[in-house]
Amino acid sequence: MAKNWWKVLTIALVLYTLWAGLMFQVPRLAILNETIRAMHFHVPMWFGMVILLLISVVYSIRYLAKPSDDLDTRAIEFANTGVLFGILGIITGMAWATFTWGEPWSNDPKQNAAAIGLLVYFAYFILRNALEDPQQKARISAIYNIFAFSVLIPILFILPRLTDSLHPGNGGNPGFNAYDLDSKLRLVFYPAVIAWTLLGVWMSTLRIRTKNLQTFLNDSEK
Amino acid sequence: MRNHPILALLKKEFLLEWRQKYALNGILLYVVGTVFICYLSFSGRGNSVGIPTWNALYWIILLFSALHAISKSFIQERAGRTLYYYSLASPIHIILAKLIYNSLLMLLLSFFALLVYATVLGNPIGDLGLFLLTLVLGSLGFAGAFTLLSGIVSKAGNNATLMAILSFPVILPFLLMVMKLSKNAIDGLDRASSFDEILVLISLNAITFALSLLLFPFLWRS
Repeated sequence: MAKNWWKVLTIALVLYTLWAGLMFQVPRLAILNETIRAMHFHVPMWFGMVILLLISVVYSIRYLAKPSDDLDTRAIEFANTGVLFGILGIITGMAWATFTWGEPWSNDPKQNAAAIGLLVYFAYFILRNALEDPQQKARISAIYNIFAFSVLIPILFILPRLTDSLHPGNGGNPGFNAYDLDSKLRLVFYPAVIAWTLLGVWMSTLRIRTKNLQTFLNDSEK
Repeated sequence: MRNHPILALLKKEFLLEWRQKYALNGILLYVVGTVFICYLSFSGRGNSVGIPTWNALYWIILLFSALHAISKSFIQERAGRTLYYYSLASPIHIILAKLIYNSLLMLLLSFFALLVYATVLGNPIGDLGLFLLTLVLGSLGFAGAFTLLSGIVSKAGNNATLMAILSFPVILPFLLMVMKLSKNAIDGLDRASSFDEILVLISLNAITFALSLLLFPFLWRS
């Protein structure tokens, strides 16, 4: 039980985020209005995605240094959850944009960058399925994973900064600090980031355990 | 006289290309053919193509030519011979020779494409110096990114679809930067205003080349 304290923390934080994110007072702002609450559900998806993909890359690097099936499983499952977070991030962002920018997709550089980033990782999954030999699959997808992550970072963090974005905090739009004069948003936002990221880690570990059990069962059948 | 391994490998690449002239001629003809299709698709009125279209079309032609030219870089050798090279030379030397050779090939290809393209579709370029710099940076970027990816794809049975889906998202941010820079060059903007893009392109190039050098030794072992 002592090992599982972080799962209890995850449940508590997620419940807190759901409750506080929807019920707390938020600053009254033109255009944004109540949609500012999306910040507790949309922005943490990107934090979670980058952290989960980073974990995946670390496992890929470790795989190349010292190959083992377990490291490969970890790399792919963390990438899976990371991409799931990315998809949720795009969907929540589009829902939010419909109400604030007037349309779900408005050629915003950050939206485009996020879509390109997801394409990079979809290609990763296809590459994995194209390779048959399990060891070759693991090594080559580890190589591509490292390559993909190194490309993802400039896509997400450098390119959108070079042009004006409609996103809050970019292109002259006021960001977090300007809205959050009384630090009330922070009180929900930071726990939300931790909550969703931990939930992602938990999901990944569950998938890893299922996969390991499956391989174990397959091996014992032989 | 003892040659440096990189020089010897480069010489081998050139010899191979020279002996199989059809490959190089094929790529050059591919460029001419594509340019001509574009020209006729605009009903032969070269000057009626707007500047943004001219720019986008040029880079898209170059993208596809690059994909064809470079994706063959690990196929043209038979498996047995590849093994022989690998037993003779270190992987770093092999990938360096491939990178240098592909960069030169891309430079040749992009200048040739510009020549044909500008002759047929008109030449709106305002600042030729900056445009040529963009060409050099773009060619290096294509070569850097596609060389490693073609190595990856050659392990997965040289699937053309796989090459395209792996390289398009990876090259997209690069392509956007290059298009922006070349648009500045065509409009003849003050060079100081393109400084940011040049810097980003150089750093993206550095990242892809460094990654290729780092990751290739793991790739060729299989």
